[in-house]
Amino acid sequence: MKNLIAVPVLGLAFIVQMAILSRMTLQSGSIDLILLILVSWALQEQVRSAWHWAVLAGLLAAFASGLPPYVQVVTYLLTVALARYTLRQIWQWQILALFSVTFFATLLSNLISYLGLFLNGTLLPVGDVLALITLPGVFLNLLFVLPVYALMRDLALWVYPQEELV
Amino acid sequence: MKKILSGSLQTTILFLLVAGILALALSGSLGFVSLGFNSFLLSVQSWVSSRFVAIQDFLTVSPDVVDLRRRNSELEAEVARLQAQVVQLNNQVADTRVLAALVNFSRANPDNAYTAASVIGRDPSPFLRYLIIDKGSNEGLRRGMPVVTDQGLVGRVDAVISSAARVQLISSLTSAVNIRLEKAGREAILTGSVAGDLTLDLVPQDVPLEAGDLVLTSGLGGGYPADLIVGQVLSVRKRDSDLFQQAVIQPVVDFTKLKIVLVITDFRPVSIDPLIPTQ
Repeated sequence: MKNLIAVPVLGLAFIVQMAILSRMTLQSGSIDLILLILVSWALQEQVRSAWHWAVLAGLLAAFASGLPPYVQVVTYLLTVALARYTLRQIWQWQILALFSVTFFATLLSNLISYLGLFLNGTLLPVGDVLALITLPGVFLNLLFVLPVYALMRDLALWVYPQEELV
Repeated sequence: MKKILSGSLQTTILFLLVAGILALALSGSLGFVSLGFNSFLLSVQSWVSSRFVAIQDFLTVSPDVVDLRRRNSELEAEVARLQAQVVQLNNQVADTRVLAALVNFSRANPDNAYTAASVIGRDPSPFLRYLIIDKGSNEGLRRGMPVVTDQGLVGRVDAVISSAARVQLISSLTSAVNIRLEKAGREAILTGSVAGDLTLDLVPQDVPLEAGDLVLTSGLGGGYPADLIVGQVLSVRKRDSDLFQQAVIQPVVDFTKLKIVLVITDFRPVSIDPLIPTQ
């Protein structure tokens, strides 16, 4: 039942993403709130499963976006995989894990979108993509990941309360 | 006698002292002393006066101060409510202006049937420039229908569900629009880009292109109706060594400020893909 919390959280996040954040662009890059939520959620130690969050987010994004449907599903699954792997490797430095996963997940997301469009017959100039979408996107995601992480940490503590040591 | 002398001496000394001080004061030699004294006096007076006024206010406070405070809070709430109302009315005025312009456009172009729709979102991916509108198949929208404003072409419907639709902007990098240069009378293909710029590629060198030339849809390909305004030529890149020239197009529609759009619902797009020979 605890997994159902993903539905309202991601639903609300998609509304905010499409109605507000997609209009607030730096060059052509924008904040990927869904990606930040997935990274922040998957990096919480007490969270038992983040995979269904990735699947749900991918399906919602595939429904709403004009990108090929598999792009978002693959992107979010790989994002969660990267976050869970990183959590196991550098569990002592959560902030380092948070920023590094956000950085690499944003690059991964852009790379998969690029490949998806390429396979659909749209060849994009790599320089333009890097300068106008990827770099501004990385900057914005790194800027906004901390508040999102704080919110998701509170949510994780609420959903999976930790036992207090006496 | 001694007492009288002593008294006279004291008076004389006192008189001389006062006269000396007066003389010094009149000659200006005591200016710094009087300045310091005056400022000291003024500050003491100010302090006493302010305390007195404060005590007086405290003792003579109006008995209906509670009523005044209540009234003040009521008025503040009223001001806040009216300010919110002003913002709401301003938004309604702006929407009404847009709708009036769209109605004028539809009256001026009675050949087509239109459905107005509000823009409620944008594509979550920064790679694509798509809008989400609040009308769908329930209102008769179908894939491929052109979307316009009173200013010109916006794009076309890319996907439809019952109560919403996704619109591909002409500035999207996956968009290609067959256009006609009004002045030159030649056709070309307008494409979008990552940055959202509109460019004309593969325009032959002999086509006269100038900044300010009007760009209209040509109707070729069956994707859009003919003669919809797209934009103006902003700049031309022409080199003798190239086979073709390029032009940057300034769209007539500001895609970042779109709130309400019109969907041309009686236009049936024709797909010519089956007619294109495959290699």
